Amino acid sequence: MTITIAPTEHGVTRIAQLENVQVRFGKGENTFLALDRTNLTVRAGDFVAMVGPSGCGKSTILKLVAGLLKPTDGMVFVAGREVGAEQVGIGMAFQNPTMLPWLTIRQNIMLPLKIVKPYSDTFRRDKDTVFRERADALLAKVGLTGFGDRRPWELSGGMLQRANLCRALIHSPKLLMLDEPFGALDQFTREELWAILQDLWMETKPTVFLVTHDLREAAFLASRILVMSARPGRVTEDRAVDFPRPRTLETTFESGFTDLTNDLRRMIFAARQGV
Amino acid sequence: MSSMQIRENLKSVSLIVLMFVLWEVACVLFHISPIVLPRPSAIFTTLFVQMPALWPNILQTLATTMVGFGLGMVIGVALGVFVGVSRTAYKTAYPLLVGFSSIPKVAVVPIFVLWFGSGTVPAVLTALTTCIFPIVVNVATGLATTEPEMEDVLKALGATRMQVLWNVTLPRAMPYFFASLKVAVTLAFVGTVLSETVASNLGIGTVMMMASSSFDVPLAFAGLFALAFLGIVLYSIFALIEQRVCGWAIRKQDLAMG
Repeated sequence: MTITIAPTEHGVTRIAQLENVQVRFGKGENTFLALDRTNLTVRAGDFVAMVGPSGCGKSTILKLVAGLLKPTDGMVFVAGREVGAEQVGIGMAFQNPTMLPWLTIRQNIMLPLKIVKPYSDTFRRDKDTVFRERADALLAKVGLTGFGDRRPWELSGGMLQRANLCRALIHSPKLLMLDEPFGALDQFTREELWAILQDLWMETKPTVFLVTHDLREAAFLASRILVMSARPGRVTEDRAVDFPRPRTLETTFESGFTDLTNDLRRMIFAARQGV
Repeated sequence: MSSMQIRENLKSVSLIVLMFVLWEVACVLFHISPIVLPRPSAIFTTLFVQMPALWPNILQTLATTMVGFGLGMVIGVALGVFVGVSRTAYKTAYPLLVGFSSIPKVAVVPIFVLWFGSGTVPAVLTALTTCIFPIVVNVATGLATTEPEMEDVLKALGATRMQVLWNVTLPRAMPYFFASLKVAVTLAFVGTVLSETVASNLGIGTVMMMASSSFDVPLAFAGLFALAFLGIVLYSIFALIEQRVCGWAIRKQDLAMG
């Protein structure tokens, strides 16, 4: 197990790093390259959005960083250590909210506290006091006050996705992985949740990896957008987004914003032509 | 109980009463001989009059069923967990399980009698073998059913295999387990009575065999009624437990039995 110390550069910690990473899926003759010679360095506090044609390996990068997947070749470092070396307690949210139906919304949200240290050590003692308050405070921030005792099936898709964000953030993770979290929601709910997610992010500034198909979503939320080529995926464009925060829906009507999304659209179109 | 549930229960009871009424009327109208098909009123009378003699047999059948079912549950869960926790074990063992479960249980009674003599032991074993497969298959299926995204969420958090099992896999398997218990308890009954009709000197199955050989048809039917009644009671008990333990899987209005 290689352990490297997190290198610092101008006082900023690199929280995740991919070195010449290659991922190959399948066995025998049916293998395909999902990710090829990918290099990527992400600084702590970055909000990285990944866009690209479908099947280009966006989610693969997410899974690599989360330690759910081992690279076929190359190295993945998270918080300076090779992935898998230590429990990092990464927060994760998918398009499917996956709330457990036998638990209340509050119990669902508190689940990470049961697993991630140091919270898990005192879970029994704190679950009805400190942790409960923590969950309720988070629920209030996403506009779900009073829904803590409800069961998942009593909530709408948009409400479940709010709860899902709470569950991903309850343990104040340093890394947050979002795989098309708002993909199944209507436009209005989605835009509302962008603002909420931005507020939550600005509070603790975790490093975020967001996979999305929605270019406006990427431009609204991210501080850095990675455009990926069609399979095998490679990062073809790495663009900083510096609209001032907090961004509002007004921001999305500004010419700089529309120019950016149009640029991204052109790049992805070009990437798809390259198949 | 809500008014809607009462109304639903009322409908079920009415259907049963209606069936008996039609049966009674048909017997009278078509002059059906009591040797062929006794009237329900005659059967209930027999059931009531013969109760002192029937009672020990009912207890015997009930006890045999519960012991067989209890053992079947313990062994079934153990086997189900063994098969269900690994995908390989599940795939490997499934054909064997299906093979075993498709053997008609009538065929195993003589073998048990051969091994253990007639009486309670073969009845318990027949009950066990009859009820065990739904439990094994359901527990295994419940454990093998996963939601990959939920597991990813937990693994990213750094959860151990035990934590995933305890927090997600086991609770998710509960509805499968309880659904199988409802079915299994009635099947255990079938197994017990089957064995009793072949080789025993106590139990409702034995009573029915003796009644039919002496052409006491109402008594044979009284035995059937006693069995049906016990079946409904046991099924209801397990349906109630299921509702309490995993109501989340049934949700509100579908709480009616079955």
